[in-house]
Amino acid sequence: MPRSKTPPAVSQNEADHPTSPVQHFAAHESLLLDSGASLGPWQIAYQTYGTLNADKSNAILICHALTGDQHVASDNPVTGKPGWWTSMVGPGKSYDTDRFFIICANVLGGCMGTSGPANHEAETGKAYAVDFPVVTIRDMVRAQASLVDRLGIETLFCVAGGSMGGMQVLQWAATFPDRVFAAMPLATGAKHSAQNIAFHEVGRQAVMADPDWRAGRYLAEGTRPEKGLAVARMAAHITYLSEPALHRKFGRKLQDRAAPTFSFDADFEIESYLRYQGRSFVERFDANSYLYLTRAMDYFDLADDFGGSLAAAFKGTKTRFCVASFTSDWLFPTSDSRAIVHALNAAGASVSFVEIETDKGHDAFLLDEPVLFATSRGFIDAAARARGLKEQG
Amino acid sequence: MTEPLNHTAAAARVDLLLVAEMIERGARVLDVGCGDGTLLDLLIKTRDVDGRGIELSQAGVNGCVTKGLSVVQGDADTDLADYPDDGFDYVILSQTLQATRRPREVIEHLLRIGRRAIVSFPNFGHWRIRSQVAFQGRMPVTKNLSYAWYDTPNIHFCTIADFVSLTDEMDATIEKAVALDRNGQPMRMTLPWAVWNLFGEQAVFMLRRGS
Repeated sequence: MPRSKTPPAVSQNEADHPTSPVQHFAAHESLLLDSGASLGPWQIAYQTYGTLNADKSNAILICHALTGDQHVASDNPVTGKPGWWTSMVGPGKSYDTDRFFIICANVLGGCMGTSGPANHEAETGKAYAVDFPVVTIRDMVRAQASLVDRLGIETLFCVAGGSMGGMQVLQWAATFPDRVFAAMPLATGAKHSAQNIAFHEVGRQAVMADPDWRAGRYLAEGTRPEKGLAVARMAAHITYLSEPALHRKFGRKLQDRAAPTFSFDADFEIESYLRYQGRSFVERFDANSYLYLTRAMDYFDLADDFGGSLAAAFKGTKTRFCVASFTSDWLFPTSDSRAIVHALNAAGASVSFVEIETDKGHDAFLLDEPVLFATSRGFIDAAARARGLKEQG
Repeated sequence: MTEPLNHTAAAARVDLLLVAEMIERGARVLDVGCGDGTLLDLLIKTRDVDGRGIELSQAGVNGCVTKGLSVVQGDADTDLADYPDDGFDYVILSQTLQATRRPREVIEHLLRIGRRAIVSFPNFGHWRIRSQVAFQGRMPVTKNLSYAWYDTPNIHFCTIADFVSLTDEMDATIEKAVALDRNGQPMRMTLPWAVWNLFGEQAVFMLRRGS
């Protein structure tokens, strides 16, 4: 094996030996995937917060988005930054860790300790890379269900998440309706749109066009497609924001200079900001993981599994749903959420739906949105009463 | 656990109490145009219903969901089509009919979705309203209908007589009807429609499909 030219990313170590708890599944406990492939042995890394009550009825599963991980409410071991959803998860928050047992697992195909392309096969010691089977949102949910089984939890009080996490929430509700008491799919859709697939394809092509990608074998060859992954992140990051928010934050302001330099330097603040986003992303994320996870989102079309009828996916469901969208989100616009709500209504499901006014775009579900906090708390409290959970756990 | 009807915050709204009295305990109820959720809250607390709501205004929806009610942001004119036949025991349209674009289609959906439809509306046949048009020559503005003609959300007013006539056309049966006088008190059942139409400020009808 050639010597590594660049130091391995910390996430590479996290992939095989995460700092968070891990459940290992042996070869005879293989995951049968939608592609027809069988994955085993495999592992799933996760974090928990709070305490599981005696009858195991207070568990909330948080599903993370494309570039998230299991460190939802504690410092990230790679970046040292606070968890990605401390606005919603913590003592006294909507997902109150004083009251509920919060679980968040790294998704299948991820790079933070759950089996994915950055993992090394136990037998050969080689990284899976692009030999890892392509996974789907449903495969991710199957993996999470195996974890929930291991934890001895029959029914989750709530499954919640935004964006790709919201897709997992919908999949959970459709695949395991009896195991989901309440569901909160936020800023998401029941299928990935052509426009969203298109943006993902741009990102994947950027990664694969980087000579350091080495047909996916960069871990073995000691390179990293940092430039390609950074470009992919930059393009994607634009889709998480909104034009008004970009204008408000950056406008046409120049970066540390009084006049344009008549060069291709990052003259504008927005350019500098995007370059920073790209740089910091490659330090924590595996490029092949990015390919696999974007692909899983592209393949997601929940109605497709139910003869084209989204309402059929939720037929007879007893799950209580709370759907939320954000006015300036153009990646998963309100019309996507409305389609989910219409299907839930047609299925006679209990559903709440709020559209939240904000200029922060798709990322709003991760940010300080008081209306999201108030409505999600109202929903969770009412669901907890219906579940017979005590006010304080 | 339920509370008696008269011990709630909504006690002052006689029309809401009337609606609540029409609904049996534990029923499945859809409140179309549920506003801030006052009626839904009342029905859940006093009638132990499985209650859902649709509300057009974002502020109304946010308030309802914050209270823990199952309410979706939606439009009675467009979104009722999604609901399945017989999905609810009761579908309520409380003080909303006059603000819909196609009232007849909305009522048809209510009758399709619910085993019973309960519709309450302000009566445009009330003598005060008639007299404002007849003697002042102005569009009526009253305590209950306080909007000027140019900014009112109410685009399809009807009288009690108009509503009864529509139910005849629509192959619907009136199972119950109550008119409220200007003090909000129910008028005597034995009075003829014409008297209700002249002196009733509000009307509450319970309908079912078929004759």
